[in-house]
Amino acid sequence: MSITPPEQKVWYNEPVEKTEVIWVLIALTWALIMFAMMPLWHLKGTQNMSNEAYRIQPDVYQARVDAFVEKYKVGEEGHAKTPVVRPPAGSDVYLLARLWEWYPVLELEKGKSYRLHLSSIDWQHGFSVQPANINLQVHPGIDEVVTITPTDAGDFGIICNEYCGIGHHTMLGKIRVVAGK
Amino acid sequence: MVAKPVFRTCGFTGLKIHDEAEKLIKINAVTAIVVLAVGGLFGLLVALTRWPTVHLLPADLFYLALTAHGIDILIVWCIFFEVALMYFASSILLQTRIATPKMGWVSYALMVLGAAITNWKVLEGNSSVMMTSYVPMQADPLFYVGLILFAVGALIACFIFLGTLVVAKAEKTYEGSIPLVTFGALVACIIAIYTIASGAIILIPTFLWSIGLISHIDPLMYKVVWWGMGHSSQQINVAAHIAVWYAIAAILFGAKPLSEKVSRCAYLTYIFFLQIASAHHLLVEPGLSSAYKIFNTSYGMYLAVLGSMIHGLTVPGCIEAAQRRRGFNNGMFEWLRKAPWGNPVFSGMFLSLILFGFLGGISGVTMGVEQINIMIHNTIYVPGHFHATVAAGTTLAFMAITYFLVPVLFRRELVMPGLAKLQPYLFGLGMGVFSLFMMGAGTLGVSRRHWDMAFSDAPHAFAHAPAAFLMMGIVGVSAVIAVIGGALFVLVIVGSVLFGKPVVHSAAPAPAPSPVASYGNAEHVAVPGTFALALLFLTMFVLYYFVNWKYLASTWILS
Repeated sequence: MSITPPEQKVWYNEPVEKTEVIWVLIALTWALIMFAMMPLWHLKGTQNMSNEAYRIQPDVYQARVDAFVEKYKVGEEGHAKTPVVRPPAGSDVYLLARLWEWYPVLELEKGKSYRLHLSSIDWQHGFSVQPANINLQVHPGIDEVVTITPTDAGDFGIICNEYCGIGHHTMLGKIRVVAGK
Repeated sequence: MVAKPVFRTCGFTGLKIHDEAEKLIKINAVTAIVVLAVGGLFGLLVALTRWPTVHLLPADLFYLALTAHGIDILIVWCIFFEVALMYFASSILLQTRIATPKMGWVSYALMVLGAAITNWKVLEGNSSVMMTSYVPMQADPLFYVGLILFAVGALIACFIFLGTLVVAKAEKTYEGSIPLVTFGALVACIIAIYTIASGAIILIPTFLWSIGLISHIDPLMYKVVWWGMGHSSQQINVAAHIAVWYAIAAILFGAKPLSEKVSRCAYLTYIFFLQIASAHHLLVEPGLSSAYKIFNTSYGMYLAVLGSMIHGLTVPGCIEAAQRRRGFNNGMFEWLRKAPWGNPVFSGMFLSLILFGFLGGISGVTMGVEQINIMIHNTIYVPGHFHATVAAGTTLAFMAITYFLVPVLFRRELVMPGLAKLQPYLFGLGMGVFSLFMMGAGTLGVSRRHWDMAFSDAPHAFAHAPAAFLMMGIVGVSAVIAVIGGALFVLVIVGSVLFGKPVVHSAAPAPAPSPVASYGNAEHVAVPGTFALALLFLTMFVLYYFVNWKYLASTWILS
């Protein structure tokens, strides 16, 4: 029994069931297929994590965001009068996470690619674009660069989905994707 | 002068029970159940707040209750019960005295003290940092002290377990290899030791940081090491509850493993590959390479997943083989239909096995794919997954074996046997539906650890799909059902321990199921029913896995 010692003195010498061997082979094959899928998606798939990230001081990042907002600002939006920024396609786009806001509002063009920078100047935050359902972790001190290409037009919410204190649930930003001309 | 150990013989099993071991098992198990009740209550408050139409607690209390629920259930309840299981699997199954029982009490006192301090600080309201306590968010220094004391206590218990194995070997209380269940407990113990080491490596500096002796803890490094504790602690649960599955199969059916070698090798894959699971919490973190993520999230090319898939076959397989030996040979599933579904020891164990595999296992591996995690990270899918594993899997398995331990160790009959019969179904199915709909809401983007999915105080407007609100409503209802199931468990067990009729044995021990002698190649017993279940499992796994790739392909382009 499972609660008594095995019959053989050394358990490794116990005989093996045929059914088990077949199942082990099937399961091993499946395991290897699953393992292969991840590198394969890096080669063939179009949704992959970027491996580009830099150490950065929060005040340096803040300064870059401010310069970016000043350069491309086209309006204001929401209760907090968050600036709305429309950067040119293909450019470097900066999004700042802090207690408890996403700054600024981004206006992007559908089908165009942007180098999106993400960083926090205080705690960790979670960049969760909904309903596109893209979820990335945002750290203080790390400038993460993701090349992003929106494929649907419309207004998207940026939920913070990493708990960041009592105002966490009010931390909601916006990305507006406009259809190209 | 050391007193001579005192043993009694169990009237049910004929096992020799060392009285010091028995006391330690009882106190750790009872404490675990008390903590389960407290932690479950916090869980109910959390669920009633996330149920959109109820939205019970204000935000600050919600985050407080969620922190307490996570710590009390994921850490304190599981570990207390596992300490009881380790003592059972060593002292009682090996028929030996427990090593250094006094240290057992020191271990117990440290764990109680640590858990109490951490709970106190959380309840004070200044340490609502969630179980993960990610820096640079800071808790009260004593919050970390409590966790460290608890871990030291648990570490002592691990060494008592190892010491008891040494005593049994030296005093030759068994021959050859240790039983499979003890082997499983040993695997849990080894994982526990490196789990606690990871915890010490990160929590001690974090404590020093909280009192100002260290200026900075790197948030990314914190997560890498913290999850070496955080996830591995759940692997202790897996190793322990699989040992419980095998134990119950042996206790109820006299089942022998289909083969000792395969089951034990499956356990060994856990020791070799589980610790690297830390990485699957870090799949969408910046600053870690894809190569690192892919190897580690796959538990070393999915070899540890292979281990779990093997147990998924061998546990029901050994029950089928034993039942067929007993003559339940009609068709594929007579062995399962005629199993004792009215006995909570069996129904709890088998529901735990099914829910853990089909819901927890498949969702866990799928969400742990580097790219698929982009759609799932920090959504409520994640707690959906781990309620299927830790609540419907581990907790239900521990409940099931408790129904066996009450008459054996506490020597009391169960009060309210009718409710006991119903309990595993309420808890298991409630938790199953709860997990499933949390996963559903997660795929619609609902966030975990979030007080207000309607974003009423946010600077911008955003509305989740109506289906997401509906699913969170179902989550609330099923949570209430599961909590009723959990409360019945506490009621029946505490009631039985306090007021149950003492068990009276006739002179001869009750007839335990005669152990199945041997299968192996020569006396091969086919297990077609189990194999069919395994193939059904694999089919669902494959379909669900590729459906998620398809969803992923439809979202924005990222590189």
